[in-house]
Amino acid sequence: MTAPQPPAASLPLGIWIRIYLRLFAVQGAWNYETLIGNGIAFCMEPALRMLPGGTKSQRYTEALGRHARYFNAHPYLAGIAVGALARAELDGVPPALIERFRTALGGPLGSVGDRLVWASWLPLCSLVALAAFGFGARPGVIIAIFLGLYNAGHLWMRAWGLRTGFERGLRVADSLGHPVLRQGPQYVGSAAALLAGIAIPLAVGRIVMEGRTLAGEAIIGAIVGGALLARFGERVDGWRIALVALAVFVLYSVIPK
Amino acid sequence: MTATLLLDLFPIALLGALLGMDVVTFPQAMISRPIVAATVAGSFMGNPGGGMIMGVVLELLALGMLPFGASRYPEWGSASVVGGATYAVHAANLPGALAVSLLAALVTALVSGWSMVKLRRLNAAHATRRRDDLEAGSPSAVIGNQLFGLTADLVRGGLVTFLALLLFRPVVDLLLARWTTDAAYSRGVVVAIVAAVSAGAIWKIFHTVNHARLYLLAGLATGAAILIIR
Repeated sequence: MTAPQPPAASLPLGIWIRIYLRLFAVQGAWNYETLIGNGIAFCMEPALRMLPGGTKSQRYTEALGRHARYFNAHPYLAGIAVGALARAELDGVPPALIERFRTALGGPLGSVGDRLVWASWLPLCSLVALAAFGFGARPGVIIAIFLGLYNAGHLWMRAWGLRTGFERGLRVADSLGHPVLRQGPQYVGSAAALLAGIAIPLAVGRIVMEGRTLAGEAIIGAIVGGALLARFGERVDGWRIALVALAVFVLYSVIPK
Repeated sequence: MTATLLLDLFPIALLGALLGMDVVTFPQAMISRPIVAATVAGSFMGNPGGGMIMGVVLELLALGMLPFGASRYPEWGSASVVGGATYAVHAANLPGALAVSLLAALVTALVSGWSMVKLRRLNAAHATRRRDDLEAGSPSAVIGNQLFGLTADLVRGGLVTFLALLLFRPVVDLLLARWTTDAAYSRGVVVAIVAAVSAGAIWKIFHTVNHARLYLLAGLATGAAILIIR
């Protein structure tokens, strides 16, 4: 597949901002039929108004209809698709080529984003917040640390994706080799694993607060339980186990003895 | 009495609606994470510290639930509001408050997760009804679908939070009045359960990272040392 060379151009600032803001609602109509397809069309729409003839043109309606179909991507990386597809439409790339590009792009944007954000960045930020709690930080400070850290990455990813997608057009696949996307999960995962060992005992210790003996018992119970869950809990979500265990404990505690 | 109760619940339900939306539809800034949502709910009830305790407990449980695309997962935003608000009200000197409030939050998370599946089907049905307009590239159909989904999610989160608070308020009071287990052990058991789940989750998420075992052990040693020194 030979991609046409995109001319050096960028989106006007007003349109860029409109698309960027719409990206925060890209999953607004998420459903099992088209996933985020409708959201992609919704986000691209301001750029499509730049097509010759504007909103009254056939190219505008055809493009909008094309992009409202099935599409899947991680929401934070959807900007890459929105930028690249908008660029392709504005460059007059043939619809068949755009369709093939859409099909090829969705999978990688989903898996790369899931690994980097949901399985690495989010747990790391949670653990930082839990560690801050364990060290005795106040509620406002903990919230500020968590939201500040997490959203620094979040907002950057959305902006980078949109800018890179539009700049590179159909050649955007190369950008998925960006070091942050490729090696980020490994480095973030290492940091998170180290931090987990610190944050969980400290957070547990602060919650228990009733004395070191009980905190120690809780930690030992947690380590044994955690090891068992890690070994045998592959098929059951941990929170469901917690729900059942807790229900049994509550029942035990309210039955007169 | 009824009007007062509804007025009491309305601000918290609104908070649950907004934070419930954040999970998937808008803006996914993770203000719906338990450590944020439960603390804010606790602040609404005048006890941010209590809300934060519930937030930390729920955050430990939520660590293992990764919100991958079409997978089914608990909805922590509204659930954290319910848990945070409930615990913030009952936290002072009630031995079973943490356990019972957490149970309320987890049941809410279960129901709220189910409601998200229903919402996604509703969105699909709505999009199907407008398929011809979408195929024709109607901007009003595209924007209409988006607004429908966002509004429905806002209503969903609000309803789940409101009904959960309405239901759990008397149930929590009843359970706490009959609670017999010692306060320290009540809290210890809850913490051990959630810490075990979070430790298992951390291992499941990061065991593929190079030298994960080493990092975890180094972290644990550091954490234990800090606990002992303090």
